[in-house]
Amino acid sequence: MLNDFLVRAGLAGLGVSLAAGALGPFVVWRRMAYFGDAMAHAAILGVALSLGFEISLFVGVLFSALLVAALFLALTRRNQSADSALGVIAHSALAFGLVAVAMSAGPRVNVEAYLFGDILTVSRADLTLIWSVAAVVAAWLLWRWQALVTWVLSPDLAETSGYNTKLEELGLIMALALVVAVGIKAVGALLITALLIIPAASARPHVKTPEAMIALSLGFGALAAVAGLKGALWLDTPAGPSIVCAAAFAFAASMLVAKVRGR
Amino acid sequence: MSLIEARGLAKTFGGETVLHGVDLQVERGEIVTIVGPNGSGKSTLLRMLAGVLQPDKGQITHASGLKIGYVPQKLSLEASLPMTVRRFLNVPRRVSEADAVAALERVGILPLARRSLEGLSGGQMQRVLLARALIVKPDVLMLDEPTQGLDQQGQADFYRLIEELRAEMGCAVLMVSHELHVVMSASDRVICLNGHICCEGTPEIVRNAPEYRRLFGTGTQGALALYRHEHDHVHDESCAQGHAHSHEDAH
Repeated sequence: MLNDFLVRAGLAGLGVSLAAGALGPFVVWRRMAYFGDAMAHAAILGVALSLGFEISLFVGVLFSALLVAALFLALTRRNQSADSALGVIAHSALAFGLVAVAMSAGPRVNVEAYLFGDILTVSRADLTLIWSVAAVVAAWLLWRWQALVTWVLSPDLAETSGYNTKLEELGLIMALALVVAVGIKAVGALLITALLIIPAASARPHVKTPEAMIALSLGFGALAAVAGLKGALWLDTPAGPSIVCAAAFAFAASMLVAKVRGR
Repeated sequence: MSLIEARGLAKTFGGETVLHGVDLQVERGEIVTIVGPNGSGKSTLLRMLAGVLQPDKGQITHASGLKIGYVPQKLSLEASLPMTVRRFLNVPRRVSEADAVAALERVGILPLARRSLEGLSGGQMQRVLLARALIVKPDVLMLDEPTQGLDQQGQADFYRLIEELRAEMGCAVLMVSHELHVVMSASDRVICLNGHICCEGTPEIVRNAPEYRRLFGTGTQGALALYRHEHDHVHDESCAQGHAHSHEDAH
């Protein structure tokens, strides 16, 4: 069954969107949308690294994502505002990445595959990686759940409750880097943030607890992956952008329903 | 042994010494109020005693197994985070339905259990925060400016509730405030802070201390200075509000 490229694409899309759907609410609550975006833009630099040093794409992108986190911490400690620091990092990393890809592999490499994803060429090894990341993210969320929610609610409360907020933040950054690293293959560097933000934002008006928001966000993520891929087949459109379009349609529908229900 | 004992505490933020040479003890069952002008380091002191901040110098000893019920200054609620009153009581750890009901009932907000935090008034929110802190049956309740933004009636009700809770549970109460006259009547001990401890003692001793008068008003008694302040509130709302803000901003 896994020999069918469509089945592999479906499973890859589902795995990435579930991992992103679970993590997305934290990105929304901690207002890290732009941070995730910077990591994703820098992924192109990771692509260049993996081509240049002949290491796996996953490792290269993971490295670049963590580099973004380190640079971000260094810059914001030097009195740069968070959003200008991220603006500098995101676009510099993208530009250097594009230049470096061209230098290390020449014009033969199709950069578009990394910018917008190439889900139809997902291999079995890619699938293993994607679902491993989804499992790691799920396990981490279950393990740190109370600490994470307390921290999001109030860092002071978290500290007085004996949680180390710096460690929780580091965990969130690592999880984000993992999801970005596997998301490149599915929807590409420019669109992975959409899978983090849109399902979570779609879930928000309909829920009253953080648990419910994660559950509904997972649902919206899965829906986007399945509907997006079906739509891509049917209309012969690029898969990654189609998945994000499906997520956006679901978001619009969610807002309409919320309005009708008066929430 | 004291519940909390602090010796020689000092804290510096960005080269600016906020606190230095602070020695302090909190005994079982007493209500201690820390008062001081803006930037006097009172919130910083409370946060260090609660374990949120580490002191740069000095040391803090908690009685073994000390349970702290911490009520933060305010919760800057992230609108994207859905949270009901009942769910909030499970922060940081899940509590039984019976404990939750008892805590909500005690602070008089049981009917709000299923409501979302975002729709609550300042007074209701303050009680939710208090209920959450009560659930662990704390040895010491720590409250950071608990009545900020409440009207006079709300403040008086809140302080009465704190006194009742102390009587029922035997917990110590450590709070930071600048609503001096209300605080003073409710406290066993007042600590007047301005970078260091200027004076401390029973409310009467502190009220008459020259250090306190220098900080909170000259001529008349400090408490009276505050009454006059609230007089403004009635007659000239906008002016008094500007005033209130300048008080609240720098913490």
